[in-house]
Amino acid sequence: MNKVSILATAGLAVCTYSSLSTAQQINNGMNPAISVVLQGQYVDYKQDPEDYELPGFMLGGEAGLAEAGFGLGHGELVMSSNVDDMFFGKLTLAIAEHEGATETELEEAYIETLGLGSGITVKAGRFFSNVGYLNGQHTHAWDFIDAPLVYRGLFGNQLIDDGMQLRWLAPTDLFLQVGAEMGRGERFPAGGASDEGKGSQAFFIELGGDVGVSHSWQVGLSHWSADVVGRQSGGHAHGGGATEVPTFTGDSDVSALDVVWKWAPDGNFVQRNLKLQFEYFKREEDGTVELENSGPPVETTTYKGEQTGWYAQAVYQFRPQWRVGLRYDSLDSDNTGSDEDVLAEAGLDDEGHKPERSSLMFDYAHSEFSLVRLQFNRDKSYENADNQVYLQYVMSLGAHGAHLF
Amino acid sequence: MPYIKSLIVICLLCVALPSQAALNIFACEPEWASLSQEIGGEKLSIYSATTAKQDVHSIQARPSLIAKMRRADLVVCTGAELEAGWLPLLLQRASNRKVQPGQLGYFMAAEHVERLDVPQVLDRSMGDIHAGGNPHVHLDPYRLLIIAQLLNKRLGAIDPSNAAFYQARLEDFQTRWQAAINRWQAQAQPLKGLSVVTHHKDWRYLLDWLGMKAVATLEPKPGLPPNASHLAKLKKQMAEQSVAMVIRTAYQEARPSKWLSGKTAIPAVQLPYTVGGSAKASDLFGLFDETLALMLEASGQ
Repeated sequence: MNKVSILATAGLAVCTYSSLSTAQQINNGMNPAISVVLQGQYVDYKQDPEDYELPGFMLGGEAGLAEAGFGLGHGELVMSSNVDDMFFGKLTLAIAEHEGATETELEEAYIETLGLGSGITVKAGRFFSNVGYLNGQHTHAWDFIDAPLVYRGLFGNQLIDDGMQLRWLAPTDLFLQVGAEMGRGERFPAGGASDEGKGSQAFFIELGGDVGVSHSWQVGLSHWSADVVGRQSGGHAHGGGATEVPTFTGDSDVSALDVVWKWAPDGNFVQRNLKLQFEYFKREEDGTVELENSGPPVETTTYKGEQTGWYAQAVYQFRPQWRVGLRYDSLDSDNTGSDEDVLAEAGLDDEGHKPERSSLMFDYAHSEFSLVRLQFNRDKSYENADNQVYLQYVMSLGAHGAHLF
Repeated sequence: MPYIKSLIVICLLCVALPSQAALNIFACEPEWASLSQEIGGEKLSIYSATTAKQDVHSIQARPSLIAKMRRADLVVCTGAELEAGWLPLLLQRASNRKVQPGQLGYFMAAEHVERLDVPQVLDRSMGDIHAGGNPHVHLDPYRLLIIAQLLNKRLGAIDPSNAAFYQARLEDFQTRWQAAINRWQAQAQPLKGLSVVTHHKDWRYLLDWLGMKAVATLEPKPGLPPNASHLAKLKKQMAEQSVAMVIRTAYQEARPSKWLSGKTAIPAVQLPYTVGGSAKASDLFGLFDETLALMLEASGQ
C-alpha cells in the first residue's frame, strides 16, 4: 500500500504539470480551431454547360454547372470554438471564383447552446437548415462532387438561412430528435424576407439507432415553407434587350424524407464499409410568376406547381483509402398557370422531359485529410444528354475536422 | 420514540433514494468501461461506445451514441485528441451540459498522466500525430493506477453519497492491481530488451513499461495503412536486426503482419489491446495476463 500511495503522489504531481501543458496544446491556447479546405477540379462536358437547364424547375442559388476545364471549387475557411461554458460558435467563409472575380460568401455564422438542460438546444445565426440529410453537410464532406439533382432543382444546391433553430433530444436509447426553425426568408429558394424578416419556417423529426454492432441507421422527416416575395431565378436576354428575369411570389412548401444506413464489419469503418442513402422531396408552390424587364406590359401568369425528386446512392469502401460510389437521380414536375408561354419562359414547362442522371465515382483518400476523386455522370437533365467527367481534389489543413453521421 | 426511529428511516431513505438510480457512465473505450466497473460496481450503469474490434481513431458520430451521451452523468474517454474525429460532435449534439469540457462529467484519462512522444514540431507530413503526445496510455499499469485514483475522486465528487463506496472499491482494486503488477513484472523478465515491430504506435506505453523496444511500425506514417514498398523495406530491416515479434490489435488488418511474418519467420501476434480483444481479456486483469502470456509464447520463453 505504501508503494501505491507514493506512486499516487508522484502521479498527481505529474498530472498537475502535464494537464496544464496539455490544455495549452490541445486547445491551441485560447484560439479557435481553424481549418482551411482547398478544392479544385478538371471538368469535361459533351454539351455546353451554358445551355444547362432543368425543365420544370426555376434554377437559382448555385445551381449552375462548374465551368469546363480547370477550375477551383469552393475554398473554405472555418473557425470554431466554445465561446464559454454555455455557447459554441462557428464561422465558415466560402471563397469562390465566379467569372474572373473572387467572391467571398458567409456560408455559416452561428452560435449554439451547449446544453440548456432537458435536451434542449438553441442555435442562432446563419446555418444549414436541418431539412433533408445532405443539406447539413459541407460540400467537402459530400460523397460526389456535385449536389443531387433534387437539391440543385429545389434549393440551388443547399438550403441556408439566417434565423433560429430550437431542437429537443429525447432521453431515450433510441435517437429521437424534433426541432423547428424560423428564418429570415431572403435567400433562394425563399425571397423577399417577408413577414418583417420572418419569411421561412421548418420542422423536422429524426430517428436513429443501431442494429447489432455492424449496422446503424437514421431516418428523417422534414418540412419547409416560406412566404416568398420576388424570388429571382436565372434570367436571359432577348435580341439585345434588357434581361428578362423570372420572379416568383407566393407560398412554397417542401416535404422531405431521408434514410441513411451504414454498415461496417464489427462496426470497424477503417477496413471496409458501406453507406446507403436515399432522399425524397416534394415541393408545392402557389402564386404568380412575373418576367421582370418584359413588356410593357410586364408578362405575368398565375402558377401552381408540384415538383418532386429523389436520389439513391451507395458508397462502398472496399479497402482502406479506396471507395466506389453509384448514384441515381430522378425529377418530375407538374406546373400549371394561366399563361403557358410565360411559364415556359420562366423554365417551368417540363418540355415533356423527366430529368434523370446516373453517376459513378471512385475516390482515394491518402489520409483523412486528403482526397482525390474521379466521377462520371450520364446527365439527362434536359433533352440533350450530357456525358460529364470530373477529376477533383479535396484537402483540409489545420484543425482535425469531425463529420456528422 | 418510535416516530423518531421512523423519521430516521425516512431520512435515510431520502438520502439513499437518489443514489438508487445508478450513475450513467459513457465510456469511449472498453478499458475505461472496465476501470469504471472496478471502482463503481453496481452503482454505475456503464456503456462502452466502442469495442476492441473497432479502431477508435475513426468512429462514426452515430445517432445511438448521441442518444447515449444525452443521458450520461460522466463521460470517460482517453482524450489527448484520440477521439478528435467524433467526440467533439457527440458533445455538441448531445445537449448535455453535465459532460461538457470543464464540467465534472468530462473526464479525459490520458490528459491526467504524463504522455510520451509529445511532438516538438507539428506537421501533418509526419502523419496523423497527436499534439498532446501518444494517447494510448492504458497499457501502462502504473498510469492506469493513477487514472483509477483520479476517476475515484471524480465519481465521489459527482455522487458524494457513494464516495465511501467508491473509495473502498478503489482500495481493493489498488491492492489487487499492485499484486498483479508485481506478478506481471516477474513474469515479463524474459521480454526485457527485446525488439518488436508494431502495426501502429498503440503499444508505446506497454513496451516502455516492459523495457522493450519498438524498432518500426507497419504503418509508413501514423494513420496511413501499410503499403507494399514500406513492408519490403521492413523485411530488409528485419533481416539485419533481431526482432522478436510483429504485434497488432484485433481491429487492425492481419494481412500485413502475416505477410511480413511469412517472409521473415518472425512470429506475428495478435494481442487483445483492450478489454474484449480476446476471450480471456474479459477485464483489465485478464487483458494484461493474456497480453503477457501471448508475448512470452511468441518470444519462445
